[in-house]
Amino acid sequence: MSKWLSMFLCVFASLMVMFVAQGCKRNSNAMITLAGSTAFQPFAEKLAEKYMETNKDVRINVQGGGSAVGVQSALSGAANIGMADLLKLPPDASALTSTTVAKDGIAIVVHPGNPIRELTSSQAHDVFAGKIVDWKELGGADAPIHVISREEGSGTRRSFDTLVLGGEKLTPNALFQNSNGTIREAVANDGQAIGYVSIGLVNDKVKAVSLNGVAPSNENVKKGVYPLSRPVFFLTKGEPTAGTKKFIDYVLSEDSQKLLEKEGLIAAK
Amino acid sequence: MRISPKITERIAKLFLWSAAIFTIGALIFVIGFVLAGGLTHISWSFLTEPILDMGREGGILPAIVGTIFMVFVAVGIAAPLGVASAIYLAEYTREGKVTQAIRFGINCLAGVPSIIFGLFGFILFVVMLGFGWSILSGGLSLAAMILPTIIRTAEEALRAVPASYRDVAASLGATRWQVVTKSVLPYALPGILTGVILGIGRSIEETAVVIFTAGSAVQMPTSIFDSARTMAVHFYILAREGISNDMAYATAAVLICTILIINVSAYTMMHRLTKGRRS
Amino acid sequence: MDKFISRLLFLAACSSTAILALIALFIFKEGVPIMAKTGLGHFIFGREWFPLSGQFGIYAFIIGSLWVTFGALIFGVPLGVSCAIFLAEFAPRKWVGILKPAIELLAGIPSVVYGFLGVMWLAPLIRNHLGGPGLSILAASIVLAIMILPTIVSVSIDAIQAVPKNYKEGSLALGATTWQSTWRVILPAAKSGILAGVILGMGRAVGETMAVIMISGNATTIPHSPLDSVRTLTANIAIEMGYAIGDHREALFATGVVLFFFIMILNTVALRFARRKF
Repeated sequence: MSKWLSMFLCVFASLMVMFVAQGCKRNSNAMITLAGSTAFQPFAEKLAEKYMETNKDVRINVQGGGSAVGVQSALSGAANIGMADLLKLPPDASALTSTTVAKDGIAIVVHPGNPIRELTSSQAHDVFAGKIVDWKELGGADAPIHVISREEGSGTRRSFDTLVLGGEKLTPNALFQNSNGTIREAVANDGQAIGYVSIGLVNDKVKAVSLNGVAPSNENVKKGVYPLSRPVFFLTKGEPTAGTKKFIDYVLSEDSQKLLEKEGLIAAK
Repeated sequence: MRISPKITERIAKLFLWSAAIFTIGALIFVIGFVLAGGLTHISWSFLTEPILDMGREGGILPAIVGTIFMVFVAVGIAAPLGVASAIYLAEYTREGKVTQAIRFGINCLAGVPSIIFGLFGFILFVVMLGFGWSILSGGLSLAAMILPTIIRTAEEALRAVPASYRDVAASLGATRWQVVTKSVLPYALPGILTGVILGIGRSIEETAVVIFTAGSAVQMPTSIFDSARTMAVHFYILAREGISNDMAYATAAVLICTILIINVSAYTMMHRLTKGRRS
Repeated sequence: MDKFISRLLFLAACSSTAILALIALFIFKEGVPIMAKTGLGHFIFGREWFPLSGQFGIYAFIIGSLWVTFGALIFGVPLGVSCAIFLAEFAPRKWVGILKPAIELLAGIPSVVYGFLGVMWLAPLIRNHLGGPGLSILAASIVLAIMILPTIVSVSIDAIQAVPKNYKEGSLALGATTWQSTWRVILPAAKSGILAGVILGMGRAVGETMAVIMISGNATTIPHSPLDSVRTLTANIAIEMGYAIGDHREALFATGVVLFFFIMILNTVALRFARRKF
C-alpha cells in the first residue's frame, strides 16, 4: 500500500511543482482586471465571457468584494476597472474617471400572500420611516410590518433613502440583509415582511408592489414614470490602457447594452 | 437525599442519548437539505465543464480545481507550521509565562472573524506583497485562519501521550528530537489528524477570506498565481445574487462529496500508518 | 543539532502570536483614529449607528455579540460535550469510527448554507410558534451551536479517548457505574482537551459572519429578549464593509478593535474557568 501512497504523493508533488512553475513564467499577455460591485459582477462576467470569444488574446478577470473594494482597487492599481454601484461617488474617487455602464431599477417587494399590491409614495415613506407599523393601517392583515432593508452605504440603500425616505431616517426597528438574494429570501419566507430588491431579481417567490399606480418594470424606469433606480459605474484611474478602453467601449456598445437589458438591467443611456 | 447510582446512570444515559440523537439529527438534516436540493442537478458534464453564463449553465470544474489547490496550499502551510508549534509547546518547554502567553495568543487568533482575515490578507498578500488575487494569497490567509485549530489539537494530542513513552526512549540515549519523532509523534497522529481535518473543513467552506484574497474568477486556474473560485464562493455568489438556486445547491452537494472523499482518504491513510501501533 | 531544531520550533510557535500581532496592528492602525475622533465613551456606549450621518455608537452590537455568543455556547457546549461522552464511552465501539467522521463533515458545510437553512426553515418556525420577527438571537444561537458542534465533539472525543484505560478499569473495579467513572474520573482527566475544543468552538462562534448576518436580522437596536433581532460586532463589520469608505470604513475597523478586546476578555474568562478545580 505504501508503494501506491508514495507514487500518488510523487505524482501530486510534481503536479504542484508544475503548477507553481507555470505561474513563475507567466506571460503578461493582455489581462484586464475588474473588481468591485458584487451585484454587477455576474453581468461583468457574462460580458467578459462574450468579449473573450472574439478577442482570444485577452484575459479578463472579474472580482467582487463590494463597491468600496472597487474604488480602492481602481485607486491602488490592483484593478484596471473598478465597478461601483453607489448613488454618488466618495470624495477620494474624485481622482477617478467614472463611466455609467448600466442602470438598475429597484422594486419594493412583499410576500406573495400579502393582499397589498400597491403603495403611494407617502405610504412607502411612512412604512420605511416607521410611522406606519401595522399592515392593517394599509388595509391588510392585522400584523406588525417587518421592514427589511439593505445596509448603509450600499448603492441600492442610498437610492432608496434619497428617493423614498427623502432624507428622513429609516425606522430603528428595521432588519437588514446585505444582498439582493438574501432580502428576496427573507421576504419570501415572512408573510409580514416588506423589502426592496433589483427589478431584475423579482421572481414568483416575492411580489413587487406598484408605486403611485406605476408598476415596477424596466420599461417604466426608462420612460421616466417609475422613479426608483441607481446607476452602475466603471471607474478608471487616469488614462485607461488601450485594452481597457476597448473593453469599456464594448460594454457600452449596443449589443452589450441589449444583453444587459435581457438580463434584467437597464441600458445606460 | 441520595439517589442510587443506578438511577443516575439511567438518567445520564437518557440525557446523553438525546444529545447524540439531536446532533446526528442536525447532521442528517443539514446534509439532507443540501443533497435534496442539489443531487439531481449533478451530472458528468456538471463536474467537467467550465462555468458559463454567470453560472447558470455549464459546470463547475474550475471551482473544483480551485478548491482542491487552495486547500492543499492552506493545509500544506498550516499543518507543518502548526505541528511544529505544538511540538515546541508540548515537548520543548516547561509550562510557564511564555507558553501561556503563546497559548493565549493562539486562542485569541481562533476568535478573529473571517472577514478580518479577508481584509488582512487583501492588504498584506494581494496589495502589499503583490501576489494579487491568487490561490497563493488565499491559501496563505486560510493557513493563518486554521493554524490555531491545528496547533491546539496537536498540542493536546502530544500531551496525551504517556510520559513513560518519552522516558523509555530517553533512557536509551535518544535526543529530544528523536524521542519526539519516534516515540511520541506516531501515537499523537490520530489527534493531530482531527485538527487537520477540522482545518480542511474550514478551508473548504470559508467564503469571506477567499473572496477578498483569491478573488472569484470564473476561469480555470492554471497556476498558483491565478485567481480562482472555490465551490463555497461559487455557491455564495449564485445564492446571494439570486442567479440560480439549482446550480448553487448542486455545487454545495459536490462540495460535501469532496469533503467526504478527502476526510475518508485522510482517515484511511492514517489507519494504515498507525497499524499495529494502537496502544 | 538539537539546539537548532529547538530554535526552529520556537520560531514556529511564535508564528501564530506574530500573525495575531500583525492583525492587531492592522486593525488598530485603521480603527483607533476614528475612536479618538468620536470619543471612546461615545463609541462604546453610544446607541445610534447611522454611519453616513457620522453617528458611530456600537453599544447595541456589543450587547448583541454577548447574547449571541453566550446563546451559542449554552446550546453548543452541553450538546457537544454530551455527544462526545456518548460516542466515546457509552456507544458501541464501531459507532465512533463512523459517526466522528460524519460529524466532522458538518465542519465543511459553507456558512451560507446554514444561513439559508435558518432563513428558510428556522426563522419561520420561531416566528410562527414563539413570535417576533424570527430572524433573532435565538435563531442565530441555534445555528451557531450546530456550526461549532463538529469542533467541540471531535476534540472532546479525542480528549476522552486519550485518558489511559486503567483509569476507567480501576474505577469500575472499585464498583463504580460507567457514568460515575465517566463523571468523576475520566472527564476531569480529559478536562484540558475538552476545554481546548470548547475554546476553539467559542472562537468560531464569535468569528462567524455569513450565517449570523443572514439569520440574526441585524437590527441596530438593543435587544430585550431572545426573540429580538440583533446585530453582532462581527456582522456589523461584514455587512457594511463592502461599501464603506472614509470615516465609515474606519468606524468598522474600530468595531474590529472592540471585537479584539471582546475576544481577549472571553479567553481570559475561559482561562479562569479552566483553573478552577472540578
